[in-house]
Amino acid sequence: MSELRVASLEVRYGDLIGIADVSLGVAEGSVVALLGSNGAGKTTTLNAIAGLVPAARGTIEWRGQPITNQPAHRVVRSGIALAPEGWRLFNQQTIEQNLSLGSTPLRSRAEAAPLFERVYELFPRLAERRKQLARTLSGGERQMLAIGRALMSAPKLLMLDEPSLGLAPAIVETLYDTLRRLRAEGLTLLLAEQSIALALAIADHGYVLQTGRTVLDGPAAELARNPEVQRIYLGLAAAQ
Amino acid sequence: MILLQVIVGGLLLGAIYALFSSGLTLIWGMMNFINFAHGEFVMLGMYAAFVMVLWFHAGPLAFIPVAALALVAVGLLVYFGVIRSVMRGPMLAQILSTFGLALLLRYLAFWIFSANFVSLPPTALRGTLRIGGILIDVPQLVGGTTAAALTIAMHLFLTRTRAGSQLLAVAEDRAAAMLMGIRPDRMQALAWAIAAGSAGIAGALIAITYPFSPSIGEVFGLTAFVVVTFGGFGSVPGALIAGLLIGLIQALSAFYLGPIYKDIAVYALFIAVLWVRPQGLMGKA
Repeated sequence: MSELRVASLEVRYGDLIGIADVSLGVAEGSVVALLGSNGAGKTTTLNAIAGLVPAARGTIEWRGQPITNQPAHRVVRSGIALAPEGWRLFNQQTIEQNLSLGSTPLRSRAEAAPLFERVYELFPRLAERRKQLARTLSGGERQMLAIGRALMSAPKLLMLDEPSLGLAPAIVETLYDTLRRLRAEGLTLLLAEQSIALALAIADHGYVLQTGRTVLDGPAAELARNPEVQRIYLGLAAAQ
Repeated sequence: MILLQVIVGGLLLGAIYALFSSGLTLIWGMMNFINFAHGEFVMLGMYAAFVMVLWFHAGPLAFIPVAALALVAVGLLVYFGVIRSVMRGPMLAQILSTFGLALLLRYLAFWIFSANFVSLPPTALRGTLRIGGILIDVPQLVGGTTAAALTIAMHLFLTRTRAGSQLLAVAEDRAAAMLMGIRPDRMQALAWAIAAGSAGIAGALIAITYPFSPSIGEVFGLTAFVVVTFGGFGSVPGALIAGLLIGLIQALSAFYLGPIYKDIAVYALFIAVLWVRPQGLMGKA
């Protein structure tokens, strides 16, 4: 059963088309990779699900309820968190404050304490620097904070927008170890990545976007072997 | 000795400048929006105190909180009635809306209270204190220290509380704040309530000592712009330091050059500072 179902989603930025026709499903407890080259529409898709950009057409359904065009502050309360592209941290505030802001959707403050513990245990670097301003962090630490902040709302579905972007290979490896751990703990993940190998190694299922459309999908192991995927990335496949 | 007295007097008035300017800087930091009616909020605070004293014989302990609450109400009314819709409009609409609001409030005050200067009758706060050989007016002392304490309290609210942190989050990145489950319009309404409320308190504090008329809002609006530009847009500590500094410069230039030169000195220094440090003392380049 799909927890999240996106059907024929279209997003426009004024006269420009952000995504033209995206359909995908994310089953409970699975890891789904959203693949595609730069500009294929991965970020726009995640932002539309999170409620940051309105859908011009199509539907987004979450656990049987339509959430199309709900404002972002409501979507996160329904259990979908996004670690956005470029981290979007609150640089003037401390790590602890950033995490605390992430816990805003919780019903009571008491629920935040175990989440703080969990995030600090997942990312010990953040625990050491909890009183530091976010702007003093390195790239890897910023990505940790962005993910930790998203986890503070105790989401059922965590969406990650290119978590490996701009990070050193060793840090990317640690980061993906953490994602594997989250997956083992039963968290559902929707992961946008440019790096096919990285994403398909962790995912159960994958969708490939090309110029704003889902053009290919299948089990991760199959996509990893499919030469068509490589061609789409290199822009060799004929436009659909 | 008399110089010391001038300095203390300047700092005490400067603390009140800092209080009402903090509100202007808060709204700017929050939504990149200049409220041209901010000086009129201070003026309304003065008349709120005036009404309370004249009609209800209220003392400072009553009329200061009433002025604060009245202006909180005005701030919310302005935010929900005007600002929220013009924020979606073009820049010019945003500028003209609060400019028009300033004129509306000013001439409403003229209509109701006439253009005559008025002073509050002496309140429970009166007399002078002799501290270390200098004379300090008690209303000025209470007004200045209250204003400084409230400005610091505003800074602590923003940096040490959850609501303050949420407010600053919206100020820094509205979309990211929404991803946290924060409703930006609530935080913006809170900012307007705080900004207008602190302007109301500042007005009531000034009204204890100084005579005023409805046109005084223009003076304070201009003062607030100078303080905020001086201190750096969006910075409350910057507004505190700049407010104190401008009170001090006014007092010293009035003392050495004569009262009519005090504003000339302020604006001359203002332009000089902009020349070398356009982002203000504590602003980000």
